Formats: sequence, C-alpha cells, structure tokens
Amino acid sequence: MRNDRSFSLHIPEPDARPGEVPDFSHLHLAPAGATERPSPDTPGLELREMPFRFMRVLDEDHRAVGPWAPRIDPEMLRKGLRAMMLTRIFDDRMFRAHRQGKTSFYMKSTGEEAIPVAQSLLLGAGDMCFPTYRVLGWLMARDYPLPDLANQIFSNEKDPLRGRQLPILYSARDYGFYSLSGNLGSRMIHAVGWAMASAYKQDDKLALAYVGDGTTAEGDFHEALTFASVYHAPAILCITNNQWAISSYSGFAGAQEAPLVARAIGFGMPGLRVDGNDFLAIWAATQWAIERARANMGATLIEFVTYRVAGHSTSDDPTKYRPSDEANHFPLGDPLERLKQHLIALGEWDEERHAALTQELDQAVRQAMKDGEAIGTLGKSKPPVSEMFEGVFKEPDWRVIEQRRELGV
Amino acid sequence: MGLEIKMPALSPTMEEGTLAKWLVKEGDEVKAGDIMAEIETDKATMEFEAVDEGTIEKILIAEGTDNVKVGTVIALLTGEGEAAAAPAPAAVEAPKAEAAAEEPAPKKAESGTSNLGGGKAVAVTDPAIPEGTQMVKTTVREALRDAMAEEMRKDPRVFLMGEEVAEYQGAYKVTQGLLDEFGPKRVIDTPITEHGFAGIGAGAAMGGLRPVVEFMTFNFAMQAIDHIINSAAKTNYMSGGQMRCPIVFRGPNGAASRVAAQHSQNYGPWYAAVPGLVVIAPYDSSDAKGLLKAAIRSEDPVVFLENELVYGRSFDVPQVEDHVLPIGKARIVRPGKDVTIVSYSIGVGVALDAAEQLSGEGIDAEVIDLRTLRPLDTATVLQSLAKTNRVVVVEEGWPVCSISSEIMAVCMEQGFDDLDAPVLRVTNEDVPLPYAANLEKAAIIDSARVVAAARKVCYKS
Repeated sequence: MRNDRSFSLHIPEPDARPGEVPDFSHLHLAPAGATERPSPDTPGLELREMPFRFMRVLDEDHRAVGPWAPRIDPEMLRKGLRAMMLTRIFDDRMFRAHRQGKTSFYMKSTGEEAIPVAQSLLLGAGDMCFPTYRVLGWLMARDYPLPDLANQIFSNEKDPLRGRQLPILYSARDYGFYSLSGNLGSRMIHAVGWAMASAYKQDDKLALAYVGDGTTAEGDFHEALTFASVYHAPAILCITNNQWAISSYSGFAGAQEAPLVARAIGFGMPGLRVDGNDFLAIWAATQWAIERARANMGATLIEFVTYRVAGHSTSDDPTKYRPSDEANHFPLGDPLERLKQHLIALGEWDEERHAALTQELDQAVRQAMKDGEAIGTLGKSKPPVSEMFEGVFKEPDWRVIEQRRELGV
Repeated sequence: MGLEIKMPALSPTMEEGTLAKWLVKEGDEVKAGDIMAEIETDKATMEFEAVDEGTIEKILIAEGTDNVKVGTVIALLTGEGEAAAAPAPAAVEAPKAEAAAEEPAPKKAESGTSNLGGGKAVAVTDPAIPEGTQMVKTTVREALRDAMAEEMRKDPRVFLMGEEVAEYQGAYKVTQGLLDEFGPKRVIDTPITEHGFAGIGAGAAMGGLRPVVEFMTFNFAMQAIDHIINSAAKTNYMSGGQMRCPIVFRGPNGAASRVAAQHSQNYGPWYAAVPGLVVIAPYDSSDAKGLLKAAIRSEDPVVFLENELVYGRSFDVPQVEDHVLPIGKARIVRPGKDVTIVSYSIGVGVALDAAEQLSGEGIDAEVIDLRTLRPLDTATVLQSLAKTNRVVVVEEGWPVCSISSEIMAVCMEQGFDDLDAPVLRVTNEDVPLPYAANLEKAAIIDSARVVAAARKVCYKS
C-alpha cells in the first residue's frame, strides 16, 4: 500500500549557472549600521537572533556607521590596506608563475584578503591561527619574509619546510600561523583543543580557526563546536563563506536552509554574520569575540560572507560551473577597494600614494620571486635528500638511520 | 689503459666485504672464468671470477682488507696487446678501502650471524631489576592504571580523556580510581565522537599538554584514524619540525569475545605501517606498565594497543619506584634452542602455551615478545633465528600485510642463510571475524596450530 503522496528528493541548485544572470538575493543582507551590538558578555541564548542579522560597518559612501563601527588608528588601516595589496599582488604573480611551470600548485585568496589581514593585526603574539589555504593575508600582515614564501612555493633548497609539504601549505609558528593541513576541517578541532589547553594551563592565549562554507558539512566542524561550547574554549571560530567549495555552491553545505552561522544557536554559542569584505566589520566582530573569550565566556562563531573571486586553485576552471561575471554582481564589492575608499574618505589616503605603494609592493614581490627563482623553482633546486628522513621522529629510529645509510645521505 | 676491476656485490644486499685472498698476483695472465680472489661477507665466502681476459697490472687492495665497499676498484687489468706500463689514475685511490673502513657508518645487519644490533642506533636493554626486588602480582588492567596515575602525579601536563573514563571508571575499568585522585579536569569524560576527541587531543598536544586518549576499543578509533595518521603522525614532519604532537592513543585492540566482525580487529599492522607513529602492543603487566609510562613520556605520538581478554590476567610487576621500559626492544620471554616463536600482545600467551606442549615432545622453543611493533626490534628476532634456525610467527590478526609478513620478510632478507626451514605464520583466518562461537573459535589462533607449525619447521610433523 502506498501513501497518498510520494516523496521527492530535493537537490539544491545555485541561483545561476554559466550563461545565466548572477543572483545573490538569497544572502539576505542588511544595510551598514543596521544591526545592534550586544555586550560581549551577554549569555549565549540571549543572542540567538544574531545569526539572522547581518553586520556591516562601511556604508555606500565608505563611511563607518552604526554601533559596531570600531575605532581604528588610520596608521593601522593603512597597514591593513598594505597587507591586502601585498597579498593580491603576490597571488597574481605566483598564479602566473604556476602557468610557467615554476610551481605545481597555487591558490589565490582574491576577494577574501580583508578577513585574515584584519584578524592578524588584531590578535596578539602567542595567539594561534589555525589557517585554511586562503589566509595568506595573515602572514602578510605580520611581515612574514616574502622570500620564505617564494622558496616554500618553489620547494627549493631554501624552502623553510624543507621540501616536505605542498606549495602554500605554510607553517609559521613564530607568526602565530599553525601548520596548514590539507585535510578539511581538522584544524578547527585542533584549534579548540589548543584553546582548551590554553585554559587548562591558565594561559591567556586565544585560538582562531577558519573553515570554508563547504567544510561546515564535515563532522569536525560540529565536533569542534560541541567541545568549544561544552568547555567554553577561548576560541574564535570563523566560517569563510565565499559561496563556493571548488564547484559545490554553499547550498550543498546547507546555507540555503539557514545561515551557516545559525549552527551556533544549538550550541548556545554566539553567532555573528558579518560582511567579510568590510575590513572594519571584520575588525569589530573579531574584537567582540576576543572580549567575550577574555571574559571566560568561551567561543564565538563568526560567518564572514564573502566571495571567492578566483578559481579554487590553479587546477580549477570556474567558468564551467558559475557565471563568469558573477564576481562583478557580488553585492559586497571588493574589500581592498572598499578599505582604500574609506581611507580616502577619511582624508588619510589618496590615489597618488596608492599608486606609489602599488609600485613599491610590486617591486618587492618581483624581487622576492627573482631571489627564489635564483635559488631554483620546482625541480630546479631541490632540498637535500637527507631532509626526507628528518623530522619523522624527534630522534631518528633505527629504520630511519638504516634508510639514510642505504641511500648514502 | 687498464680495466678497472671493482669489488663485486655477491648478493643484492651486500654493501661491503673482506677481500680475503688474492689467487692471482701482479703480472699474471687471466682469462674469463679464472678465479681471481676470495671475497668474504658475513654470510659466506665466495670466489670471484675474472670477467675479462688480460694481465693483472696492479693490485690496489691488499688481501685481508676488511670493509671494502662494493664498487671500489680493487685491481687493474691490462687487456691483450695493451702496454702494461700505463698507470691508471685510479691507482692513486688505493687507500680508498682504508678510508671506507674508517667510516663511522653503522654496519648493516646482513644476516642472523652477523654482529646484530651493530646497525641499530642504540642497543637498548631493559633496565636491570635489583636483586631482591619484590614482585607483586598485578592484573594488566591495574598495571595500566598505575602507569597513568604515576605519570599524572609526576607531570601536570598529563591528562586522560575518552568516553566513560571518569565517572564510569572506564568501559573496561582501566581508569579505576583516577577521577577520585585527579579530579574532572584531568580525567575527562568526552562527547561520543572518537574523531572529535582524537582531534581535540592532537590539538591539546600541539598546545603543550600530554594527552592520553582512551578509545573504548580501537575499532571505534576507525573514525579517528585521520587524526592519528594525518594529524598526529605527520605534524612534526610537515611543519618542518616546528610543531610536535606528543600524545598517547590507547585502548583495547584485537578480538574480544563474540563482538564479531566490526569489533574484533587487530590494528597493529595498520598503525605499524605509518612512519611517525610509535606502536606498542604489550602482553603482560610489567611490560604494560613500563611501556605505557615510556609512551606518555615520548615526544612522538604513540599508539598503545591493549587487549581486552588480557586485562584480567595477573603477572608479576617489579616493585621499583619508576618502572620504565625502553620502546623498540623485544623480550625473550622463554629461552630455547630449537625453534623461535615470535609474537606480541595476546599471541604471546598462545605461544607460551605452545612452547610448553612442545617441550613435552622434545622441542625446545624460544618465545619472543616483540612488545613494540614500530620500531620493530628485528635484531632480537635475527639473533634468535641465528641460534634456532627456525621461526614461527604467531599473530592474533589477519595474515596479509601483517606483522607476521614483516617478520618473514626480515628473516628472508637478512637471515636467509640462517634459515633451515621456511618461516611459517600462525594467524587468524583471513575472513571478517564471525560471531558464532564455533566459527569464532575456528577463525582465531590457538596453541595447537602453533604446535603444528613448530613441528613442521622442525621437520617433526
């Protein structure tokens, strides 16, 4: 016997495919300044409406408005702008280097630079970022040496990771940048474990972690939230919702059913939905989460709504699955341009200075790449074979010693 | 121009040897097939024939020279009609063999008869137990608990987490009393997600703590294996040595009683295959205690495999203040001379039972407990092989790509000349473990099978 109605399986579909008109109306945005700012020590359950709001600070005239507008020294804003520009210039150049066979792989963070740059500048020394592969800006904001980046990407004999890791999967402990893992989501739960260890040790260090929209579907994400909530881990957990996980649009992770950050509600954790292309909004949200964690009230989940302007990686062709002009229709604009215009509106920046800085950074990137290329690009200069056997264990076991001896290295 | 005659490789694994005797002298004419010299390796003495015809122009390595590297030019041969006068430039390299002999590189253990252990980084031994030390009968369960308690008292960074480890005192009561002594901060009941708390543990280890993560069984750790292998075992390597992950993953492993296919697996070979992991699988209480303490102190991630069926068995534990044993060292638990039985974990009990039966038949079996599966103590196995010339491996687990396979490969590669019979393995049947009692019994190793295998390698069946 059958029921009256048969089921139908819902298959999520993005609003626009190649050749169609891009549509971002499902994002439910709100104007700048429209969302209230609760005190950071508000109990979690009282904040349950927050994930359905949308927080932005910079308005259409590039002015900082509303209760979230942070006070940031113009010098700091210029520092942020510089790091974002440097990231973009470096990305563009490295992407081209890949096409010339100088590296096997590269990923750009174009359109998302504001997020890691603002957070890197805001968090302290000793705090730890558990990164994804699109947060190069974190390192740029902390003046990580460009040659080290180039050498890592070229995997040459000066590679700081000694030829053991994929290009761009950096590790930079001294810059508060945890070892980048290729496994999606695993570092978010490590961040919570790290944060719990910090509380356990009665230390004052925070952990910050990122996942993309796609990774919120992974068990790690939910498990991280469970532990962060239960143990009040001093962590800032960020979803970088750039709309695309390679070719899977965010709807496959459930973003069309509810904002991804609404997952926080069930954990009694605050969830902030933030304009990820607004440097000031990112700053304000992160500052709020820091204050909350410092008050021993645990973790905050933040969703940064942004857009992945570039392909997923050098191996991806996004024109196969999304309209080629989709980025131009994204309603939150370009984060770099918005911060620049804000500085200009403040009278703290101008086109001449911008052009000069562009040229200066371009020169620095060229030089770093040239230096890296002089040491060697992919396959031209290799880390010593002995490096293969270093770091397997703290002290090499006899197997390692034996293998080294057999290879004569 | 002289033809260079190079130190030959007499076997694929040979790297150096002794030039025992020249059977030709300078000026002699040789033709292909003539025996020119005797070369000794630690396996054998072999004659070395001329490949080409000609006159021995110069002998560069004197007879009696040890440690001559394969490929070293040992003599120059002048071809027919060539002037014997032309001194080859290689001749100046004559002292090369001496230089090679001075190299501090450890010598490879090429067979069971060679100086075993010489190629290993350190020759580790169990610390001597002082005369008159009191031995206390202790269950494996208690020994494991004692090890954790002692390390937790000693080092505030050490904590324990897992499902039901605190209030419930552990699903198998291994953590009995720990909550009372150390409180809920250091003995932590976790949400039900192995993947979750293995990841939390890895993160906490990276954050400077020393977590001991208990899996209710290693079968449940299947969902955590990504953190064990891709996070814990590799972080140090991938970060260029900047971050470490000192953590212990422990819990029962292998078949229990009647828990069937999904809950009766031996993960020893799985984890032992992974560079960057230390894998320990003790049998008795003393080793359980001494090795768990060593595991907690290790700077590297450790997978510590226990066995539910052994938890309740009692063994002597020496009552010394700090009973720590070396990782990576096997133990001869029963000396013998006729056949070597190699095993680990619960298989050691099976092997010992078999050894008892065999002694009644006049076969004196030596039983080796590997104790650590990675790094594997092959030196102890090969030394025993050199003595008994026969090996049986006993493993409560599947045969394919197993610890048994590894031991067999090592015996073949490095102990070939010592073997008087093929190495045999006694393992579980190569099937998912069935539930029905009779089928389970049929699928799992027992001492009768070990006895049969031992007889067979002794040609007494």
